Amino acid sequence: MSIYSVWGALEIGLIFGLVALGVLISFRILNFPDLTVDGSFPLGGATAAILIHHGMDPFLATACATLAAGLAGMVTGWLNVSLRIMDLLASILMMIALYSINLRVMDAPNVPLINDPTVFTVLQPEGLDDYVARPLILLALVVAVKLLLDWFFATQIGLAMRATGSNPRMARSQGIATGGMILLGMAISNALCGLAGALFAQSQGGADISMGIGTIVIGLAAVIVGESIMPSRRLVVATLAVVVGAVIYRFFIALALNADFIGLKAQDLNLVTAVLVTVALVIPLLKQRLRRKGA
Amino acid sequence: MTLNLSIRRFAGLAAIAGMLAAPTVFAQSVAVTSIVEHPALDSIKDGVHEALAAAGYTEAKGLKWQFQTAQGNTAIAAQIARKFVGDKPDVIVAIATPSAQAVVAATKTIPVVYSAVTDPVAAQLVSSMDPSGTNVTGVSDALSLEKQVELIQKVVPNAKKIGMVYNPGEANSVVVVKRMRELLPKAGMTLVEASAARTVDVGAAARSLVGKVDAIYTNTDNNVVSAYESLVKVGDSAKIPLIASDTDSVKRGAIAALGVNYHDLGLQTGKVVIRILKGDKPGDIASQTSDKLELYVNPGAAKRQGVTLPDALIKSATKVVE
Repeated sequence: MSIYSVWGALEIGLIFGLVALGVLISFRILNFPDLTVDGSFPLGGATAAILIHHGMDPFLATACATLAAGLAGMVTGWLNVSLRIMDLLASILMMIALYSINLRVMDAPNVPLINDPTVFTVLQPEGLDDYVARPLILLALVVAVKLLLDWFFATQIGLAMRATGSNPRMARSQGIATGGMILLGMAISNALCGLAGALFAQSQGGADISMGIGTIVIGLAAVIVGESIMPSRRLVVATLAVVVGAVIYRFFIALALNADFIGLKAQDLNLVTAVLVTVALVIPLLKQRLRRKGA
Repeated sequence: MTLNLSIRRFAGLAAIAGMLAAPTVFAQSVAVTSIVEHPALDSIKDGVHEALAAAGYTEAKGLKWQFQTAQGNTAIAAQIARKFVGDKPDVIVAIATPSAQAVVAATKTIPVVYSAVTDPVAAQLVSSMDPSGTNVTGVSDALSLEKQVELIQKVVPNAKKIGMVYNPGEANSVVVVKRMRELLPKAGMTLVEASAARTVDVGAAARSLVGKVDAIYTNTDNNVVSAYESLVKVGDSAKIPLIASDTDSVKRGAIAALGVNYHDLGLQTGKVVIRILKGDKPGDIASQTSDKLELYVNPGAAKRQGVTLPDALIKSATKVVE
């Protein structure tokens, strides 16, 4: 594996770390199975790409993209809370609606950003190669987001949101407006995914309508891999674990791309990735069994 | 038990270490990537390989050839681009728009030859079809749409309304629809659009055109081509003539198609790769479009869909499907 592959896996892993944090909030904290992510990730990418393409400052464009995706998440929450549509179905409806909305936003299936300024080209330090600078910039951002979330979930509102997810009836009896908490949580969760989409479009040369396919699956995989390698009930550990999970997942793909020497072919990529992730999940179990045998 | 397990663990580590090992650099190396595996895209890859072999670049003589597909996933396309940049091949061949964009975003130095991109200028791969002066050149699969309109007129001389079924999420199709919207009125016809975002929507989209159109034209839209049989069902039962843009669809029930042969497009792409391997700079090579078009006709399908093909058209065909 070359140094480019390593930095590239780190870069894309960190971007999907933001998705994993979003998925952690919806699936784990709010207990809301949310598939909106497959639409809000490309919505972020589409919004950022089209705004930058029309000459907007990349930072402002990224902020707008984050906001737009947050709004999309809030609509999913509203469908569930106010219109009483089952959570999973509400998110599916929003996901398919966003496909058309994203096409409207871009006014084409593909908006390239190869020659435009991006947050990465603006922040690019002198004398550092771009393939190294991008992951470092992302690392700083993801750490900041993680710390911000840790702080938020220790505040009154944050604790109320966690209570809403773990026991809504108890939360309501304590005077928590659970509906509002779901709306806010879904907004934060999808805003993070939109931010990830905006950054992905800027680091990969453009937004494409197909960029959202399977985002939720990757996000969930990151959460589960993270939880199994760093199991803990503490939220500060969980927010770190899911980001680590997302990065590890990308390293497995990079490894699988280099598996041709044992006779594997291009079309085996997804299978190899699945096997590597399975091995990672089984190791803790094996360790446990070994310990029990030794005792 | 413990020993057995540690051996197994060692074997696993060895395999991972093998994957981590730095790639060896050969004298000549070509790395090919495509966004998804698909008959047309695969024949481009095979065409490139064949052109290289014909010019003496074979694995037996030390050529390092590698092929990766992103399995339809843009994040994997980005990772493949990074891997290729790290492997430092002599030429990277990127097939279809998303893969080409990912590779061009990842390197400004390694020569890149794109293929099967309908509008490389709109995709910002090159600034024009002239020599780019950068590390990028390639072969577009854009069809001359004037010739497509001529074909429609030859098959259905009195047609006034032309239907098109396409996926609004496919960049290549949207380019074609936009151009047809301008071109058809010049020939006294109008365009009626029906969108199919998924392959399963193709049949319903075609049925929505029944009674509204005199013929249905389709471009090389991936969804439509994948589900062409559902279009043929509608065309046969409602007697609407079908005109396609890829020759394979004629065998599946279209009346006629004037299309790019993707295997030839691969050979053409391969020739560009060879020029770069021999020392030409990619920035000095102009972007190309397909130099060979093939006309396939299917008189049986014409009969089922209620038209008679003129003899002149059948005679000019590269192949008549019985």
